[in-house]
Amino acid sequence: MTDHELIWRIAGGSGDGIASTSQNFAKALMRAGLHVFTHRHYPSRIRGGHTYTEVRVSADPIQSRGDGYNFLLALGDSFARNPSEGAYYGNEEIKPLSENLDELAEGGVIVYDSGLLDASEIENFDERVEENNWHVYDIDLRSMAREHGREVMRNTAGVAVTCAIADIEPDVIKSLMSDAMPDKILEPNLEVFDDAYETVQSEYDVDTPDVSAPTGEHDEEQVLISGSDAIAYAAIDEGCRFISGYPMTPWTEVFVIMSQNLPELGGISEQVEDEIAAAALAMGASHAGVKAMSGSSGGGFSLMSEPLGLAEITETPLVLVEAMRAGPSTGMPTKPEQSDMEHVLYTSQGDSHRIVFAPGTAAEAYDQTRKAFQIAYEYQIPSIVLYDQKLGGELSNVPASVFDEEPNADLGSVLSEAELEEAPHDDSGKYQRYQHDTENGVSPRSLPGQKGGRYLATGNEHMPAGHISEDPDNRIAQMNRRMQKVESIREELDEDGEFNTVYGPEDADYGLVTFGSQQGTVEEAAAELNEKGHSVKVLGVSELMPFPKEQVKSFLDSVDEALVVEMTASAQFRGLVQKELGGYGDKMSSLLKYNGNPFEPLDIVEGFETALLEGEALPDNRTKFVPKVGE
Amino acid sequence: MSAFSAIGEETEKDQNEFTPGLEPQPTWCPGCGDFGVLKALKGAAAELGLSPDEMMVMTGIGCSGKLNSYFNSYGFHTIHGRSLPIARAAKLANPGLTVVAAGGDGDGYGIGGNHFMHTARENHDITYIVFNNEIFGLTKGQTSPTSPKGHKSKTQPHGSAKTPLRPLSLSLNAGASYIARTAAVNPNQAKEIIVEAIEHDGFSHVDFLTQCPTWNKDARQYVPYIDINESDDYEFDNTNRAEASEMMFETENALHEGTVLTGRYYVESDRPSYQQEKKQIGEMPEEPLAERYFDDSYEWERSYDKFLDKHK
Repeated sequence: MTDHELIWRIAGGSGDGIASTSQNFAKALMRAGLHVFTHRHYPSRIRGGHTYTEVRVSADPIQSRGDGYNFLLALGDSFARNPSEGAYYGNEEIKPLSENLDELAEGGVIVYDSGLLDASEIENFDERVEENNWHVYDIDLRSMAREHGREVMRNTAGVAVTCAIADIEPDVIKSLMSDAMPDKILEPNLEVFDDAYETVQSEYDVDTPDVSAPTGEHDEEQVLISGSDAIAYAAIDEGCRFISGYPMTPWTEVFVIMSQNLPELGGISEQVEDEIAAAALAMGASHAGVKAMSGSSGGGFSLMSEPLGLAEITETPLVLVEAMRAGPSTGMPTKPEQSDMEHVLYTSQGDSHRIVFAPGTAAEAYDQTRKAFQIAYEYQIPSIVLYDQKLGGELSNVPASVFDEEPNADLGSVLSEAELEEAPHDDSGKYQRYQHDTENGVSPRSLPGQKGGRYLATGNEHMPAGHISEDPDNRIAQMNRRMQKVESIREELDEDGEFNTVYGPEDADYGLVTFGSQQGTVEEAAAELNEKGHSVKVLGVSELMPFPKEQVKSFLDSVDEALVVEMTASAQFRGLVQKELGGYGDKMSSLLKYNGNPFEPLDIVEGFETALLEGEALPDNRTKFVPKVGE
Repeated sequence: MSAFSAIGEETEKDQNEFTPGLEPQPTWCPGCGDFGVLKALKGAAAELGLSPDEMMVMTGIGCSGKLNSYFNSYGFHTIHGRSLPIARAAKLANPGLTVVAAGGDGDGYGIGGNHFMHTARENHDITYIVFNNEIFGLTKGQTSPTSPKGHKSKTQPHGSAKTPLRPLSLSLNAGASYIARTAAVNPNQAKEIIVEAIEHDGFSHVDFLTQCPTWNKDARQYVPYIDINESDDYEFDNTNRAEASEMMFETENALHEGTVLTGRYYVESDRPSYQQEKKQIGEMPEEPLAERYFDDSYEWERSYDKFLDKHK
C-alpha cells in the first residue's frame, strides 16, 4: 500500500449485500479513471457470518489486493447468531468491527454503524484507536436508512460516508447507482446517499484523516472483470455451446455465467446428477461434434478422474476447468489454495497426457482458456484450466480491448464427409480414426452421423479403426502417437511463447518463482524488494503441462538462488520443477501459505528478507519457509 | 445441406450389414444370452431401415460392453457404468442420431445406478438395454445387484444377505416412459421390443434376461417364459401406472420363484421427451447443434458484443 492508495474494506454479514455494494464501488472508481482490485473473504455458511470485501484503488496499475488496508466501513451483521461470547461463533454481532482491526493501517479510518455495533464491547478499543492514530466515525447508518425506507440501504449510507471522508466525488457513485439500480429502489437510495453525505460533511470532521482516494485517468476503456467471467467469455468466443456441471464452490461461478447465457446463444447447459456425469456429458457432446466444457472444484474434480482418462485414450476433445479451494476433502470451501495442482496433473489411471494451464490474471484467464479450447480440439486431448477461488472471484479492471477478438468455432481435426470418402477404412467399412503414423500425433476424427465415418471409440487400447487389441506393436504405436501430441503442443507453445510471465531486471541475483493466481502478488513483492535495494526478478508459470522446461531452466540458471512461492503445504510446485528439470533442489527454497488467505506482497518481502537472506525464523505462522535441499 | 447425410437416409437394410467384417464372431461363451441381444439389435436396426452410420451404440464395461465390438455402427465403449451420460449428451448434440446404450446389471443397476435413475427421470430420447444375467460374468462370477438373496459366490461365501434390486420397478419410479423385459431365449419378442423401444420418443428401458451358462450355472435358462401381454393369465393395462407397477412387482418376485415373465410393462406415449421439454422452455435450439459447426453462413456471437457492456 502506498501513500496514494485507498484500500477500502467493507465488512458485514454474509447475505447483507457486501459483495454487490463493493462491486458497484469498484466499478464507479474504475469509471472515474482509477485502477481497482478486489479481494473477497467470506465464510462457508448459509446465512450470516462475518464477511468482507476489500477494494484497492490506485492511480497506477495494480495486481494484488495489496498489504493491509486503510479504510474500514463496518456494517452490522444482520444475520448474526449466538450473541453470547461463550458460544461457538463467539459474539458475532461485533465481528465486522472487532475482526478487522488487526490489519488496519496506522492513521486509518474506521466508520461503523452505531445502530448495530457497540465499540465498547471490544476490549481496549479506545486504547488501540489512540495507539494507532485511527480516526473513528460512529454513525447510526441503520437509522438513517430506515428513515428513507429500508434498512438494507445502510450500505448506501456507508458508501456516502466513505465518499465524504475519502474525497470521492459523489456523482461518481451516484451515476453508477443510476445505472445499476432498478427505478423502484434508486430514488430512496439516492436520498439516503445525499442525506448521509451531507450529514457527515456538516457534522463531522472529515478533513483530518490523511486517507483519500487518488485521482487518475485511463488511456483506454476498461471493464471490471473476474477470472470466472474471463473463463466463461473465452469459452463462448471459442464456440463452446454446451456445458454440463454440478454445483460446487467456487467453480459454480463459471457454471452460472455459462448457464445464464447459453440459451440465448442457442447453446445447451445441463445440470446433472454428479461430476462423473458432468464430465461424461461434455465428452458425449464433444464426441458428437459440439464444442463443450465442464468443470468443478477439488472434490467434484476427483469424480471426473474416470472420464478424464477416457478422454485421453479415446482422444475426445474435452475442456475442463478446476477452481481450487483449500483441501483435503471438503477442506475450506470458500478459501483459496493451490493444492489441487498435483491432483489435476496426474489424476486418473495410466500415464496422463493432458494440457494444464494456470492463468495468473483475468486477462490471462481469457487468453489461456481460448488456447485450451484450441489445443483440445486441434489435438483431441483434454485441456484443463486450473485456477482458484482467488482468481475466480477477484475483480479488477482490464482493458476492454483484451476481449475484442474474433470468435473461433473451428472444430479442429475433424474430417468432412467428402474427406472421409478418401480416408482409409478397414474391412468392415470402419474409418481408421486412430492411424498409427501421423505428422504431429493427431489422427483426424469423424463424427457420428457422418456417412463413411463409423468407428469404435473405446477405453481399451485399440487398433486404427477402434477394434480392441492388446497387440504389443499396436500398443506402442498408439501410445507413442498419443504422447507425441503432447510434444507437438509443447513445440506450438514454445513458438507462441506468451503464457509464462517474466518480470523484473534480467540480471537479477534472486528469482521468485510462482504459478497461477499468485503471480501479480509476487510481482508486486519483487517491485518492493527491488525498491529496498535487493535484486529480484519473477517467473510466473502458467504452462504446467506440458512443462516449459527450457524457459524455467534458463531462468533458474540465471539467478543465484530462487524462492518458490505457492499456496500449498507440501511445496507441490517446487516438486514439479525438480521433477521436470531433474534437479535444482539445491537452488530453490519455498515460501508456502495455506491458512486460507492468499499471499499479500509483504508476506513475500518478509519471507525473502527474514528467512531466505538472513536465515531467521519467520515471526508468525502465516507463511512457512522450507529451505532448499541440503540446508 | 446436412453435414451428417447418413441421418434419415432412406435405405433397405439387411441385418448382415450390422455385422462387422473384422471380428464377426463374438467371444462370448457358447450358449451365452448376449448373442440374443446382438441378434435382436441387428434385426431391429434392419427392420427400422437404419444405416450403420446413423446409429450410435454406447456400452459400459462387462461382457455386455463388447456389444459394439460386434455391431457395425458408430460405437463408444465407455467406462464402467457411464454409457448413459455420454449417450444423453450425444443425443442432445445431434438429435438425429439413433442412440442405443447398453450395459449389464452390474454396470447399469450397480455402479451406474445413479445415471440410470436420472436418465429415466429426465426421459431422454434414447434406448437402454440392460443385459441382466444376475451375476458378474467378465470378472468371473461374483454376486451382482440382481443376484437372488442367498446367492453364493467367491465374494459372498455365505450367500448374499441382500434382497435383489427390482429393475422394472426402479425404472418406473425413476420416470422411464417405456419399460419392457425380454429374454435371449425369446428372439422374436426381443426384436419387436427393441424396435418399439427405439421408435419410442423418450427413455425406453429394456431389461434383457441373458443367461450366463458359465458363471451362473445354477440359474434358470429363462425358459419357459410367459409373455404377459399375450397370456390370458395376466390381465393388466400397460398404460396405467398403478397396474404396471403391480405387474412389475409380481414379475420380479416370480423370477426368483422360477417363473419367467416378459413383455411390455409400461408405455407412456404422450409424455414429451427431455429434448422436447428443453426446446419448449427455450434451452435447446431447434436445429441440431452439431450442424452449426459446419454452417459457413452462421454468425458466431462473441462476448465483446454480447456481454462486455455490463462490465463497463
